[in-house]
Formats: sequence, structure tokens, C-alpha cells
Amino acid sequence: MSNGNASTGTVDRRPSAIAQTVESGLRRRRAAERRLKIYGLLAIGFALAALCVLLVSVISKGYTAFQQTYVSLEVEFDRDKIDPDGTGKPENLRRGDYESVARAAIRSAFPDVKGRRDRRDLGKLLSTGAGDQLRRMVLDNPKVIGARQRIWLLASDEIDMLNKGYAKRGPDGSATKVSRNQVAWFDALDRKGAIQRHFNWRFLSGGDSREPEQAGIWGAVVGSALTMLVTLLLAFPVGVMAAIYLEEFAPKNRWTDLIEVNINNLAAVPSIVFGLLGLAVFLGFFGLPRSAPLIGGLVLALMTLPTLIIAARAALKAVPPSIREAAYGLGASRVQVVTHHVLPLAMPGILTGTIIGMAQALGETAPLLMVGMVAFIVDVPGGITDAATVLPVQVYIWADSPERGFEEKTAAAIMVLLAFLVAMNAVAIFLRKKFERRW
Amino acid sequence: MNTSVTLLVVAVLTVIGFYMGRTRALGTADGLPARLHSLPSYYGYYVAIWCGLPSLALLAAWLVLQPIIVDGMVIGSLPQAQQNLPSERLGLLMNDIRNIARGDAASQGSPMVLAAARRFNELNGLGNWMLAACALALAAAGLATARNRIAPGLRARNAVERFLMGVLILASMLAILTTIGIVASLLFESLRFFQKVPFWEFLFGTKWSPQTALRADQVGQSGSFGAIPIFAGTALITLIAMAVAVPVGLFSAIYLSEYAKPKVRSTVKPVMEILAGIPTVVYGFFAALTVAPVIRDAGSALGLSVASESALAAGVVMGVMIIPFVSSLSDDVISAVPQSLREGAYGLGATKAETVRNVIVPAALPGIVGAVLLAVSRAIGETMIVVMAAGLAANLTVNPFEAVTTVTVQIVTLLVGDQEFDSAKTLAAFALGLVLFVFTLCLNVIALRIVRKYREKYE
Amino acid sequence: MEIVTDVPTSETVPGLRQVPPKITSTGVAVYYGDKKALKEVDLDINENEVTALIGPSGCGKSTYLRCLNRMNDTIDICRVEGQILLDGEDIYGKRVDPVQLRARVGMVFQKPNPFPKSIFDNVAYGPKIHGLVRDKTDLEEIVMNSLERAGLVGEVRDRLHEPGTGLSGGQQQRLCIARAIAVQPEVILMDEPCSALDPIATAKIEELIDELRENYTIVIVTHSMQQAARVSQRTAFFHLGEIVEVGETPQIFTNPGDERTQGYITGRFG
Repeated sequence: MSNGNASTGTVDRRPSAIAQTVESGLRRRRAAERRLKIYGLLAIGFALAALCVLLVSVISKGYTAFQQTYVSLEVEFDRDKIDPDGTGKPENLRRGDYESVARAAIRSAFPDVKGRRDRRDLGKLLSTGAGDQLRRMVLDNPKVIGARQRIWLLASDEIDMLNKGYAKRGPDGSATKVSRNQVAWFDALDRKGAIQRHFNWRFLSGGDSREPEQAGIWGAVVGSALTMLVTLLLAFPVGVMAAIYLEEFAPKNRWTDLIEVNINNLAAVPSIVFGLLGLAVFLGFFGLPRSAPLIGGLVLALMTLPTLIIAARAALKAVPPSIREAAYGLGASRVQVVTHHVLPLAMPGILTGTIIGMAQALGETAPLLMVGMVAFIVDVPGGITDAATVLPVQVYIWADSPERGFEEKTAAAIMVLLAFLVAMNAVAIFLRKKFERRW
Repeated sequence: MNTSVTLLVVAVLTVIGFYMGRTRALGTADGLPARLHSLPSYYGYYVAIWCGLPSLALLAAWLVLQPIIVDGMVIGSLPQAQQNLPSERLGLLMNDIRNIARGDAASQGSPMVLAAARRFNELNGLGNWMLAACALALAAAGLATARNRIAPGLRARNAVERFLMGVLILASMLAILTTIGIVASLLFESLRFFQKVPFWEFLFGTKWSPQTALRADQVGQSGSFGAIPIFAGTALITLIAMAVAVPVGLFSAIYLSEYAKPKVRSTVKPVMEILAGIPTVVYGFFAALTVAPVIRDAGSALGLSVASESALAAGVVMGVMIIPFVSSLSDDVISAVPQSLREGAYGLGATKAETVRNVIVPAALPGIVGAVLLAVSRAIGETMIVVMAAGLAANLTVNPFEAVTTVTVQIVTLLVGDQEFDSAKTLAAFALGLVLFVFTLCLNVIALRIVRKYREKYE
Repeated sequence: MEIVTDVPTSETVPGLRQVPPKITSTGVAVYYGDKKALKEVDLDINENEVTALIGPSGCGKSTYLRCLNRMNDTIDICRVEGQILLDGEDIYGKRVDPVQLRARVGMVFQKPNPFPKSIFDNVAYGPKIHGLVRDKTDLEEIVMNSLERAGLVGEVRDRLHEPGTGLSGGQQQRLCIARAIAVQPEVILMDEPCSALDPIATAKIEELIDELRENYTIVIVTHSMQQAARVSQRTAFFHLGEIVEVGETPQIFTNPGDERTQGYITGRFG
């Protein structure tokens, strides 16, 4: 292919025809390579961007929910309205007409307002919860009866929206769901500095309500906790036991193959089918109480079971055979090898898998809708047979509500839910890192 | 005696049995554990099991049967007129009786109802006492028998381990039981549905408007249950979702496994997994309140009429949710292609892109197809995104800007809310659930089989 | 009269036309992370000759081989230093594209790795991606030609569209050789090509290597000294990451200069 020259030792390095063909095609091929890389980066970018947009949209809609608008008013604790009989007994104090006291307070701030309709509109600036506020104050300290105090009262949902800027002001001076007069009164109070936003404790510690300004997630949080408890108590033991049997003891025959195929398929069944199962069997056949964490937990346990078994089996499989052989060699029985050696070593992996499974169950909504946990529950559930709802279902219910104020509450509830999930996953990852062994 | 108290007493007896067994075992061996076949605690467990197990079994069975028997007896004691009520009415009556007996409702109700409630409480009380007596007797008997059997030669450990095996096997059976439960309940209710609405009309009918009679005994329920529009809606949204998820997932998988530096890969991969961990209700909120309005506004700006609950909005968001399914599984499959194949291609002077296109993807194709099938199955079964962002209108169309409904949405709307349990409307939900279950099951079986066969090829 | 005991070179026989070596390596060192796997190798590979690299396992032969077509580039933590000239041009130079290089320097691997495609498509792959063919007839010609040169055409002529993975081990390796030849390289690198094959298949491949020598430069890494002796004209002995001795094959095996070479050949270690 190359000629030699004795004296100089140089060689004719003319590139062969083949090499030229290859070179000419190179640019096109390298361009194709660059394109593939770009597609890959675009795809990853899209996914990450979608995630960011999702989180930003939720947070931007929800962060305002952690503050609620209050109106500062001079309240006269009129004895005639609160305790007309003058007994001072708590049962009577409880039944006092606090709404009227609240309405009187705001009317006293605008003494020129006359006419029944106008006065009613004025009263609508305050939330129905303002009356509850006053009731609580009186019950805590009956001495205030007859006194006069300046108190921050809870504003209505529409005023809250106006204050936070969600209610758009129209050219005629009114705003969404707020009449012109009401806007004027609001502005007057605002100029006096009587409108403020305070931290919304009620959101975190109170139960659900029809009024967005009074709605809280505590009931849903407790409901979720109870449901998770039931799910864990049912799914963890059964799942681990099944995994141990299938991985360590089961003979390799048709039946165990069947069970294994079954479990793999169950792990991929849509969650709503489990809801149907719960509806037909637990509600219909067994007659368990509807809407209770007991039945919700049962359904979720059945749903989490396959994933838990698969994760536990993987953890058991990861324990090297050398440890088992050492134990057998010392004369341990099969059960002892498993309970004394394999299981403890596999436990971190099993726990990690369980936490992840629980995190998934925490976010589940559809199957719980089927078994009735979608009712409007105001009281915080006390036990696993009380009617309750869970956090994701609460999000769903609120997302459906027409009031504008619920939109920010929904987003805030989502933030709380995501916070729980992040915490659980962080714990799982921490466990995994801490107990990771390199066999 | 309350059942919880009975349970407690049995539990205490079991614990006592454990200690008795253990001491007795040591006693028969003159205090030397080496003489016994098994460790002393195994003898303790042996006695505890014989004491507790039969008793608990009895308790469980009794607790299930007692309400049924008591209900039957209370109904039997009602006047003839009430006994002949249709089953729904009778059910309501029994509910009233139970509530009054529990002390829930205010004590209103006819004397007949009050009398029935009293009888209900009497029978239940009697039953509880009988249960307590039987359970305790059984526990005591078990304890005594077991204790007498204790001897150094008794292979207690084997017996206990056999018992343990039984428990483990039972736990494993639960998986099969669940599947049987699902299939049985879906089938049972669906069959009842198909008695009211013919099978072919359901599967192939093109009009879906499930208005049913307002009262159970109203004649002539007018409602059409043709499910084709629903299937079409599901297909449309799934298609849109796949159109988003497959390219994005596949190209990200290719980039991450072939081009990305290890550090990039180890940070990006978990972040993409986050997409899979976000609850679907959050996606639904996002779709309904952020994406759908944007699409609608963009559409109007372009002059198109876009429904506020367009299939496009729900489909795109669902696609985003499914991206990690496709990308993660594809990544695994692509990484599993042996390095020797890659080296063979590189050795010939192929660029990475050519290797990917001509060697790796064809080799990994069965696995990728399996991953896509699994993702499709997930999309079809997804509920919350479509409930919150897609419509209720059973619209037969291929236009992504219109509102359509899916199988899962219909199941939810038919069942949430107070419905008569027997009406064709609620039973239709089960029929839909059956179709959903069967379809996703077939998809999953095929997908898993493909993935498994692919794995065998390379291992 | 001088008794010629050496192979004639331009030093011993003046006026002899000297062909410069096809590949010249100077000071080639390879690092895996911080670990130095190959220490300053100087080696010449001559054209149309079979050069064998022998030595005990893990001594750097394959590492060196993979430098010659820049396959080490595919391993992230691998770093190559030194100079390797192919026809006078540094293959690690900035302007050199590995893709182009590998069209000139082909490779056959230890374990046969045919693509899961048909026999025809396996051989056709290289020419297709490098754009060496204009139409189907060209392609068929190249494929049949390569299969013939690899000595496989008789056995697969009537099953060209069956999967390449369905052949026996020896046939698969010959298929890989045909695949490498189809790109019309100048150099063929072989990394223990027969270690996964039975003796009969090995013999066939050694025969093939001898035939290929006429048109290609071949560098073969082998564990078997007998194979090196049978097949190569020059042999390099590697030990613990460096070249111990290089020379004409007959000389290395009958009268090695270095003690370590002597030890390896007589089986004292390795």
C-alpha cells in the first residue's frame, strides 16, 4: 500500500480511496450524533421543567393560604345578647348570640350606614367564624361580659380574596363577589390600618368547613394518620411473612409460581379496582363502617401488599448465601437461620421498602373515594371507626369547590401533603444510606 | 361480657400458658435444658399456641357469624308485614334498629322498632356471654392438654416451626385471596348488571347516558349504557399521554445511560423519579387549574375552540406523570445490553448515535416495548388526573380539544354519592371495573412476559 | 564471509529497501484513575506482519492493544499518555476522529460478539455506516467478499438471513472477523480471539490469520505461546505492565535475551 524509498525512508502517505470516503461522511455522522445528544437533553429538560412548573404553580397558589385577613374592631360584649338571663352558666353562655355582637361591632365602625340591605352587606364583611371567636373568648374568660375591647375578627372569604389581590377590582368600583359599597368599606378600614393578615393557625389545627376562611386540614391529617396506622399494622406483618415464605421456604413448584405471578400482577392493577373490591366486599358483604379509617386502611393495605412483598423479597435475596451456610453449618434449623440471621440483616431494606410503600399509600385517592371517605367531615376523627377523610381526598374535595378561597387552601394542603411525602422519602433514603452494606 | 374483654382474657391465658409450659419443661428435665429436645422457650410457645389458637379461631368465626344470626332472629321476630318488605327497605329498617340499639339516634321510632331494638341488644348480649364461656373453656382445655404432653422427648421446636410455617403460608395465600376477591366481586356485580343491560349493548353501544329511575321500584328505567364513547375517550387521553411520555422517556433514558457523566446521571435520575412520587391528585389539581386554562387561552388566541376540560390538558399532564415509568424501565433495559455488543460496534468505527440506533435499541426493543405497555396500562388505570381535569360528557370524538370521559371517571361518578346499591347505575360501575381489570391484566401479563423473555436472552 | 545469523535489516544489509513500521508506539503509558496499568511501552508494528503480544494475565497486553484503536476512550477513568503513530500520524492528535481511526484499525474481541441481526446484516453494518457502498449490489459484493476472505462463505452461503447468534462459536468468531474485514481496514487487532473456541475452530482461525497477513497488518494478543509461535513473525513479551523483550518470533522462543522471558516461556511462571 505504500512505497518505500531507501535513502530517505519516507513513504507515500496518500490516503486511500476508502479513507477519503469515510472522511467525507464523517461530518454528517457527527451531526447526527450531536442531534441525538440534543434530543436527549431536550427530553430531560422537558421533564425537569414540567416538575418545576408544577411545584412553582402549586407553591405560588398556596403560600398565601397560610395567612388570613382579620379586621380590627371595637367590640362591645353586650350582656343582653350574650347572657340575657344573667345566670352566667356556661351552657347559657354557649348559646349567646355572638353573631349579633360581631355585627354590632362592625356597624359601630360605620355608623352612617342605614337601611336593612346595606347593614346586612356590612355584616357580610365578617366571617361567620367571627362569632365563634367571640364565643370562645367569653367562655375562656366570662369577665369580659359587659366590657368593650378592640379585637381582631376574622374577615369573610370574599374580603380575604380582595385583600390578597385575588378578587379583581372592576372599573365601577366593585370586585369579584364584592359589591361597590363593600369595597368602599373595606378601603376605609384599610386606610385606618384595621385590615391585617395574620398567620392562619386555624388552617393547620382546625377541621374542614364550608367556609374557606375557616377551613383547616387537621381533620384530614388525623384521618390520614389513622388510616396509615391501619394500613401499616395490616400490610407490614403479612407482607414480610409472605415474603419470607416465598423467598426462603417455598418449594419451587407450580403453586408458588402461581402466587408469584399473582403478586406481580396485583402490583400493576389500577388502584381504583381495589376501591371497587373494598366497596363490594368490605362495605357490602362485611358491613364495615363507611368512611372510616378502618376500611380505608384495609383497602390500602391490600393495595400496598404486593409492592411490599416484592421489596421485602429483594431485601431478603440480597443477603449472601455464605451467611446462611455458616449458620446451617453450626446446626441451626431453617427457621432459626431465617429469624436469627437473614431477617435482621434484611430488615433495613425491608423498612426502606415499607416506608416508600407507605408514602405511596399516603398519596392515594381513588380507592378511598370508592369506600366513602369523601364525605364532608367537620369533626376530627377520634378512632379508626369514626368517619374521616384523608389529606389527598381533602385536596380533591376542595379542588371541586366553587369558592375562590378554596383554591389557595387546596394548594396549601398540597404543600403540606408534599412536605409529608418528602419527609418520609428522606427518612427512607437516610435509612438506606446508613445501613447499606457492600457485600 | 364484652368481646374485647374476652379477647384480653384469652391473651392473658396464652401468656400464662407460655410460662407454665416453659417451667414444666424444665421441671421434667430436672432443670437441665440440655436434656430437652428443644430449647425450653419452645415448650412455652407450644403450650401458648395450643391455648390461644383454637380459642382465637372460635372468636373470629363467632364474630363473623353472630351479627348474621342475630339479624336473622330479629327479622324473624318482626311482624309479618315488615318481613315481607323488599330487601332495600328491610335493610334501612334494620339500620334504624341497629342505630337505636346502639343509642345513636334519638329514641324515636314506632314501638315495634323499639321492641326490635331491645331484642337486638338482648340477643347480642346473650351471644357475647356464650362466646366468652366457650372461648375461655377452649383456651383452658388447650392449655391443660398441651401441658400434660410436655416431656423431654417432645419435639416442641418442630411443632412450633410447623405452626409458624402455617402462618407464613396463610400470609402468602392472602395474595391469591385478594385476586380471587377482586375477580369474584367484579364478576358477581357485573353479572347482575348484565342481567339488566345486555352484554353486547354495553360493549358495543355508542350512547352512554346512565339516567336511571329515581326510585328502585319505578318501572322502565330509561338509560343507555353503551360504553364505546367511554372506551374511545380513554384511548384518546392515553394516546396523548403516550405521545408525551414515550419520546421524552426514551430519549432521556438513552442520554442518561449512554452520554451522561456518572455524576449527572446520579443526580438527574432521582429527580426524575420524583415525578413518579407526586400524588396523582396533585397532578389533577395542576391539570385542572393551571394547564387547562393555559391550553384554553392559547387555543382561543389561535382561533380554536377549546373546551375547558379538554382531553389535551388531561393527556399532557398524565404524560408527564408517566415519563419516569418509561424512562426508568428503558434505562434498565438499555443498561442491560451487554457491553460486548457496544464494543463490537465501536470497534467497527460506529459513532455512539449509530450504535444506539442500530445495535442497542434493536437489541433492547422487547424490553422497551414491555416498558411502554406497562406505562399504557398505568395510563388507562389512572383516575384522579382525569377525574379532576377531564369531563363527564361521554363524547365520541378524536379531537383532543374536546372534552371526553374515561372508564375511571365514570366509575367514580357512578359510585360516589348516595346511590341505591342495586340500581343499574352503580352496577354499571362494576362492569366498567371488570373491563378495566381484564384489559390491564392482559397488558401487564404480556408486558411482563416480554420483559422476562428479553432478560433471559441476555443472562 | 559473514554468516548471516540475523534477519536482514537495513543496518546489516546496506541498500535494503526499508519499509517504515505501520504503527510506532513511544512511551505509551496507561492510567486507570491513579493506578498505572501500562508503563512506557515502545513498540513497532510492521506492515503485513503478524505481531504477537504474550505475557501472563493482567500484564497490560490487552490494555496496550486497546490503545491502538482508541477503544480505551470508551472507559471514563482511563488516561493514555505517550505517542502512537499510525503511518506517521499521531492517533491521539487533536484532529483525529476515533470513528475514522477505527475504520482503519479494526478489532476482533475475545468472546465472539455478533450483533443480534442476520449474518448478512452483521457484515454489512460497517460498510453501511461509513458510507462505503452506493447501492445494494455493492453491498452484496462487499459482504460476500468479506465472508469469503474470512473463510465462512461456504458454510453460510444459503443462510445469510438467519441470525448471526445461531452459529457455532468458531463460526461466530469468523463472522466477527468478516465483519471487521468488510470495513477494509489496514490493521486488524485481535484480543485473544481463540480463547473461547475449541481446538478445531482455533486451527481454522490461525489458518485464516496466516492468509490475512498478505493484505493486513495484524496484532494479536494471545495467552498461548504455541499459538504465538505458530502464527506470528514478531513477538513482544509483556510483564507487569511493561515490555520486557521484543524480537523475531523464532528468536524469542529459542533464544530469549531476558531472564524473565526465559522464565515465562519455560513455564516457570504465568
